[in-house]
Amino acid sequence: MINIEIDGKLVEAEQGSTVMDAAHKAGVYIPHFCYHKKLSISANCRMCLVEVEKAPKPLPACATPAAEGMKVHTHSEMAVKAQKGVMEFLLINHPLDCPICDQGGECELQDIAMGYGGGESRYAEEKRVVNPKQIGELISTNEMSRCIQCTRCVRFGQEIAGIMELGMVNRTEHAQIMSFVNSSVDSELSGNMIDLCPVGALTSKPFRYTARSWELSRRKSVSPHDGLGSNLALHVKDNKVVRVVPVENEAVNECWISDKDRFSYEGLNSPERLTRPMIKQDGKWVEVDWAPALEYVANGLRQIAGSAGAEHIAALATPHSTFEELYLLQKLLRGIGSGNVDYRLRQSDFSADGKQAGAPWLGMAVADINAADRFLIVGSFLRKDHPLLAQRIRQAVKGGAQASIVHAADDDLLMPVANKSIVTPDEMLNTLAQVLKALAAEKQAAVPAEIAAITIGDAAIAIAKNLASGQQVAVLLGNFAQQHPQAAQIALLAEQIAALCAGRFGYLGEAANSVGAYLAGAVPFAGDVQGMNAAQMLAEPRKAYLLLNVEPELDMHNPQQAMSAMRAADMVVVMSAYKHHAMDYADVLLPVAPFSETSGTFVNTEGRAQSFKGAVKPLAEARPAWKVLRVLGNLLDVSGFDYDTSEAVRAEGLHALSLDDKLGNRISGVAINITTEGNGAGLQRVSDVPIYSADALVRRAASLRKTHDAAVPCVMLHGSQMQKLGVESGDTVKVSQGDASVQLTVQKNDSLPQGAVRVAAGHPATAALGAMFGIMSVERA
Amino acid sequence: MLSAHIQEQINRELKKYPVDQKQSAVMSALRFVQDEKGWISTDDMSDVADFLGMAKMAVMEVATFYHMYNLKPMGKTTITVCTNLSCTLCGAEETVAHLKTRLGIGLGEVTADGKFGLREGECMGACKDAPLFTINNKRLCGRLSKEKIDQILAELDKS
Repeated sequence: MINIEIDGKLVEAEQGSTVMDAAHKAGVYIPHFCYHKKLSISANCRMCLVEVEKAPKPLPACATPAAEGMKVHTHSEMAVKAQKGVMEFLLINHPLDCPICDQGGECELQDIAMGYGGGESRYAEEKRVVNPKQIGELISTNEMSRCIQCTRCVRFGQEIAGIMELGMVNRTEHAQIMSFVNSSVDSELSGNMIDLCPVGALTSKPFRYTARSWELSRRKSVSPHDGLGSNLALHVKDNKVVRVVPVENEAVNECWISDKDRFSYEGLNSPERLTRPMIKQDGKWVEVDWAPALEYVANGLRQIAGSAGAEHIAALATPHSTFEELYLLQKLLRGIGSGNVDYRLRQSDFSADGKQAGAPWLGMAVADINAADRFLIVGSFLRKDHPLLAQRIRQAVKGGAQASIVHAADDDLLMPVANKSIVTPDEMLNTLAQVLKALAAEKQAAVPAEIAAITIGDAAIAIAKNLASGQQVAVLLGNFAQQHPQAAQIALLAEQIAALCAGRFGYLGEAANSVGAYLAGAVPFAGDVQGMNAAQMLAEPRKAYLLLNVEPELDMHNPQQAMSAMRAADMVVVMSAYKHHAMDYADVLLPVAPFSETSGTFVNTEGRAQSFKGAVKPLAEARPAWKVLRVLGNLLDVSGFDYDTSEAVRAEGLHALSLDDKLGNRISGVAINITTEGNGAGLQRVSDVPIYSADALVRRAASLRKTHDAAVPCVMLHGSQMQKLGVESGDTVKVSQGDASVQLTVQKNDSLPQGAVRVAAGHPATAALGAMFGIMSVERA
Repeated sequence: MLSAHIQEQINRELKKYPVDQKQSAVMSALRFVQDEKGWISTDDMSDVADFLGMAKMAVMEVATFYHMYNLKPMGKTTITVCTNLSCTLCGAEETVAHLKTRLGIGLGEVTADGKFGLREGECMGACKDAPLFTINNKRLCGRLSKEKIDQILAELDKS
């Protein structure tokens, strides 16, 4: 510890910290632009100049190491003169037209100019003009003349996003921020540059000129997208969410949010919103009031339960639904005698059901990721599925950790990868077994009998050696691994690998409430009434389906099967915020509120329960789903449906749970069975869910839809495979799976394993196809 | 694509730096490109970036920061006249004016036959020889007078 005095206050600063850090600790504010606690020190704006006793000139607080006995003055004559001078220089080229600037009212430059600048400008000459650049659909650079060259956006790209998409070209007065030859900024974290920009040079394209900052009310919420549960502030004007920004929570999202969290709000105001309950009468949709709609549903369910049996009623919900909604959904189903409820829509292997110790979770706190020194990431499109968890792993790797990958695709993670084994989906289990066997040899532990016979490859040995050398090992299963047809065995092997290194094993939760849905009992094996899992409900079609926020053709593991089950059903009740394809097969559409219009709770992947309140009133006749389910419960005479608030539901469902006991990744009773089936004819499907197709809300976010990540997916094939087929990148090919086929553009991707074909799921262009895993054939169209 | 010769030169340069810090060779790499092609296009920057495993934008930052890199096609022989303080005090303006008349081009321009290009440069750190210019950033010619300039131009014209 170093003793230092700032403006007469004595502070103990940490060894190696700066004057800025010490001032922060002492509660003394030093004005700054380029300094940001999460970014490297650049010291180029000079705004943080302070007087340090015995130093002849003012020093930048952000770049001056605190030293024992240092006496700092931030308000002395020398400091004030320096601040005033810097401010005057910064304003020479900065337009002084705050009233028409989109940043006005929430601008760091404006605030600091008020506090530290002069009252008027002495500069009468011409100001420089910087032409706007086109850098994509999310960030506007229309006011580039306002840039003060702090380079926060550049450093963010290099250090946090992992890709330097913006840079400062030229120098002196000609210096300007731009991308490489008008290329767009495609990082999935790019929106944070808007927050970081201390002036109005980088602004949010969708938000521009929709509101002034003082017209907005700020309401806290939680991201409904990926498993992290980023803390959000929804900015509301006229009962409409017009902007989303992060709320800092060091343990979860730090001070960042992904572009999906930031820009998906446009989907809340989509014209596709369902605004009134609708019933299909004689093949035509009619808008009705809530009472007849709910009566219709209750009667229908009662009839089917009476005639065919309650087991013919099934409920599917997305894990983007709140805890309260999922809890009431399963309670309703079980109340009428059916256990057919599931949230694991994209899962295909349910053999671990009931054999797992608790809810599959991250196996550690999110913040623990930064402390790990070895990672094994199995089956994950990490950057696109978990943008901010990927960012944390990137920071860990930057700090010396090493990451190894076992996956069926080799997407750039924008970080150094120590070892990787890229194999076809059906070799994944075998590869993990090899790693386990090699690791057992490394650790001189017993090799489990089931895998004793396999041959170990070099890649597996390299991964095993790498893991064995770690002190804090984390083995993480991505969405792909969880959706894999051998998911349970993969998990079991991954767990054993982690156990051998005394490391931690966890699942990267697919959705905001994947853990919460499990805890709510929205699984067929929870509670007294057991039922069918998501796959069984479709394989053996039920007579009635209740869909909570589900779009079967996009959200299910096998959309083809899902659609035929929906079409064949006697009754399909759709609870959705949107009008969608359900118009074709549903009987009732009930408009339910998205996350911004209801109170609720998401339990994130580390088991953190985060509750939020509705930020705005439900649109038109839409109602929170928990209220809809409550009324349905009452209509169907299910006992215990007398809740006044969502908090009461939460209290009933969550209070009894000590979360630590309910989270558990340990699997027992699953047999390892490694078959070495020869590659049959055809190619094995590798499917990702594109980042902006993953849930109903983001599918309707207009600006995100225009990004590269939302482009119609291509078929990806290894170059040698394409040669065999006689096709070239850009050709249209026919992709067939079973009796279904679609036409897509083909693209060469030599990082794919031989014998694999990558076709995205969750997108309308591929919704006609079958399961996310399986054999496909590709031919010239 | 970078030519085999440029790649070879860069590879030799890379031996001077730790293997994980290939980007240290970026300035030399850009110089090799300019030596061969006379200027550095954005495609070249992109190729250099790929070769050194660094961000394209980072290469562009370097290429646009240093004035000795030509970012547009220049002449076979490019003359860069220093117009900073010392040279200006010693007659850089006359040097520029004379070169302009002799070559018939302005600063930043290239003669129609592509033989000569004329640029304005920053201090070369040889003020004792002011006024001065460089030829293709390689040869420094100082204490310039009209006669000396004519002599140098005649010499260059022959080569």
